Amino acid sequence: MELVKNTKIDFMGKRFIALTFSAILIVLGLVAAVQVARGSANLGIDLAGGTSVQIKFNTQVVLHEVRKALEEGGIKDFDLQELPTERKILIRVKKTGEKVGELSGKIITVLSQKFSNSNIVVDSTTEIGPKVGSKLRGDALWAVMAAMLGILIYITFRFQFRFSVGATVATLHDVLAILGIFYLIGKEINLLLISALLIIAGYSLTDTVVVFDRIRENMKDRFKKHTFEIVNDSINEVLSRTIVTSLTVFLTAVALFIFGGEVIHDFAFAIMLGVIVGTFSSIFVASPVVVMLGKDKAFSNKK
Amino acid sequence: MKKNFFWRVSLILSATVLSILFFLPSTSLRSSMPEWLKDYGLILGLDLQGGVHLVYEVDGDKAAEITAERIAGSLTNIFKEKGVDAKAELLNLEITVKPGGDKVENVINESYPNLELVTKTEGMISYKLSDKEIKSIKDLSADQALETIRNRIDAFGVSEPTIMRQGASEIVVQLPGVKDANRAIELVGKTAVLEFKLLDEENPLALELPGSIEADKEAELLAQYAGRIPEGDEILFEKVSDDLGNTIKRVYLVKKQAQMTGDFLTEARVNIDQRGNQPYVGIEFNSTGAEIFKQITTNNVKKRLAIILDNNVYSAPSINEPIPNGSAQITGSYTMEEAKDLVIVLRSGSLPAPLKMLQNVTVGPSLGKDSIDAGIKAGLIGALLVIIFMIVYYKLSGLIADFALVLNIVFLIGVLSVFKATLTMPGIAGIILAIGMAVDSNVLMFERMRDELRLGKTPRSAIDSGYDKAFWTIFDSHVTTLITAVVLFQFGTGPIKGFAVTLGWGVLINLFTALVGTKTVFDLITSKYDIKRLSI
Repeated sequence: MELVKNTKIDFMGKRFIALTFSAILIVLGLVAAVQVARGSANLGIDLAGGTSVQIKFNTQVVLHEVRKALEEGGIKDFDLQELPTERKILIRVKKTGEKVGELSGKIITVLSQKFSNSNIVVDSTTEIGPKVGSKLRGDALWAVMAAMLGILIYITFRFQFRFSVGATVATLHDVLAILGIFYLIGKEINLLLISALLIIAGYSLTDTVVVFDRIRENMKDRFKKHTFEIVNDSINEVLSRTIVTSLTVFLTAVALFIFGGEVIHDFAFAIMLGVIVGTFSSIFVASPVVVMLGKDKAFSNKK
Repeated sequence: MKKNFFWRVSLILSATVLSILFFLPSTSLRSSMPEWLKDYGLILGLDLQGGVHLVYEVDGDKAAEITAERIAGSLTNIFKEKGVDAKAELLNLEITVKPGGDKVENVINESYPNLELVTKTEGMISYKLSDKEIKSIKDLSADQALETIRNRIDAFGVSEPTIMRQGASEIVVQLPGVKDANRAIELVGKTAVLEFKLLDEENPLALELPGSIEADKEAELLAQYAGRIPEGDEILFEKVSDDLGNTIKRVYLVKKQAQMTGDFLTEARVNIDQRGNQPYVGIEFNSTGAEIFKQITTNNVKKRLAIILDNNVYSAPSINEPIPNGSAQITGSYTMEEAKDLVIVLRSGSLPAPLKMLQNVTVGPSLGKDSIDAGIKAGLIGALLVIIFMIVYYKLSGLIADFALVLNIVFLIGVLSVFKATLTMPGIAGIILAIGMAVDSNVLMFERMRDELRLGKTPRSAIDSGYDKAFWTIFDSHVTTLITAVVLFQFGTGPIKGFAVTLGWGVLINLFTALVGTKTVFDLITSKYDIKRLSI
């Protein structure tokens, strides 16, 4: 069975349309990144600090009753989120100040008194001091930057500098795009999303390296040809592999999305989006950047 | 070639057997495993298993202050012994001695040569701890706190707790599977400074104070009497239940200076009083402690002695007669569990400094289980979809790729088990990416083989050149990913590290299975049978 056969699509010809689209994604992502850094995006408790308590009720409860009970119990500035199918309610209080360890107990006491007939079960409580939240955010950021630098060096060593720029731009593009989309639709940005972004970066990078590898191979044989042609041919040649791989990863992500339960729901969603954007970027971002950074035929400079 | 082939097959087989062997201790078969093997196995992280994850910061500044205070106290005693007329006290973190003079200076240089001189006048001389000293106190207090917490957790009874230092002053405590999280948190966090202080019943204020107040009116009462508390006294509270079962607080005026601390304690245990169910804690002192306790009780008959733990009064009995045998009782209104926990903290000693909780993540056992069940189900469905897809798309070759995929997972679990890694949610994410790359490697090779076959090559040479041509692509993509994993492991913390570990190993293992594993199977087939057509 074969999905694609001998395609001859002029990918490079469509690069300006694609780059416009990418530019929008990048701008959106940068806005989101700035908001995350400022701590004003919809950050999870693990990144922002604060308290979250997830409670499972044995009977159906109405959200505004929970809200009323908490307000009467003297708890301020909280967010409520409902998972109605599982009778679960997530209570989040951001930035509870310096002292960790009291608020969750208070929330649980208030609710178990008010809903004593519902036999509540505490699924999870998370309390994170503001210092830890910002430290984790900082650490994650530095780790990702350092990883990017590592990739830059390796690809420069194996290919050429402009290839490494292309790969880094494409990888950053994908991470920013998903971050931007999550920010735009108001999903929570937490450590699990950061794991997903790392997966997306890894996937996107592999995808890009595969295309680059074919470009390098082709430029040895056909270095007299126009750069655009080499790139177009290379992308077409690996297109079958690109689609098959994307499809398998996408299948796994869909399975996680549908059957994985509440905890990995958003995670799986991010991977699904990431596969699409990652495939797009290895074709329409990475290669065009490489081409634009060099003159025609400049591929023959090395090897 | 033949020999090489034998080695490859035996390598794959033995790696498979070892992987399964080291994984077995983390299954229900654990109890029937030999002792040496029980050390290994895959441990589920708290996010999957349920439990408590706590991060504390040891208050090193407070520890330094406590040390300075102790030095000041002992200096005063030394002066008394040597007949020097001077007094030392702690003022703004400086040990201030009044009056100064050569004699005083000599005594200090002799007793505490490490103290740094700050100011010196005739009327006063002041010293401080050197920065080096403070640093070592902080370091030591973190070590001590770690040890104390470990003792308490051991006594509390948690299987496989993780208690470790992180950075200069942080302590991470992980208690998998703990159901009563709050009890554990309270136990760990108790500073457990045990003190015996006399009540100041002669002061007129003592008569004026209310006998008891509502539980949450502490601050109000303190504000009301602020400025009127006599020097050398303080107001402390005892938590009790009234006749109706409500929690109230008794109010005491006590002398600030402790008669004795818990340092001389040798034993603590839970007893039940003769009349009924009320538990109390019996404590015993060593000989020095017994001597001090005897003196206190002899000199203060008919007075009341408050037993205070972390500034909370537990009981304040009257001294009826001198107690010579070095044993005492801490009665109070607490439950059996509370009495047991009190014993644990008394036995494990006090923390060198208070702990500040930075992070508390508690995952209920039900959520952890739900997540695993859902995760496993989703993972299996996902894997099955991929396996089926590969067979449909690449026929028999797809089946070989699926074999490599299974091998990958088995090896990865084996490696993680050998290193006793903890599998967390982000760790699973790393596995997913690694498996994605495993499939990709095979797709790359198969697409190359198809290209070669289209050019009219024989199956055998198509396989060989397919592998050869895909090799560098696979190598490059894996090395870039491996670099990412290593860097993330080096610079990342917590969840990011978990991700990096599984991804890094996954990538390494995949290089092996993709380049050796499937190739061996292909070689096996092509050497046994003369294949005319490759099923791909």
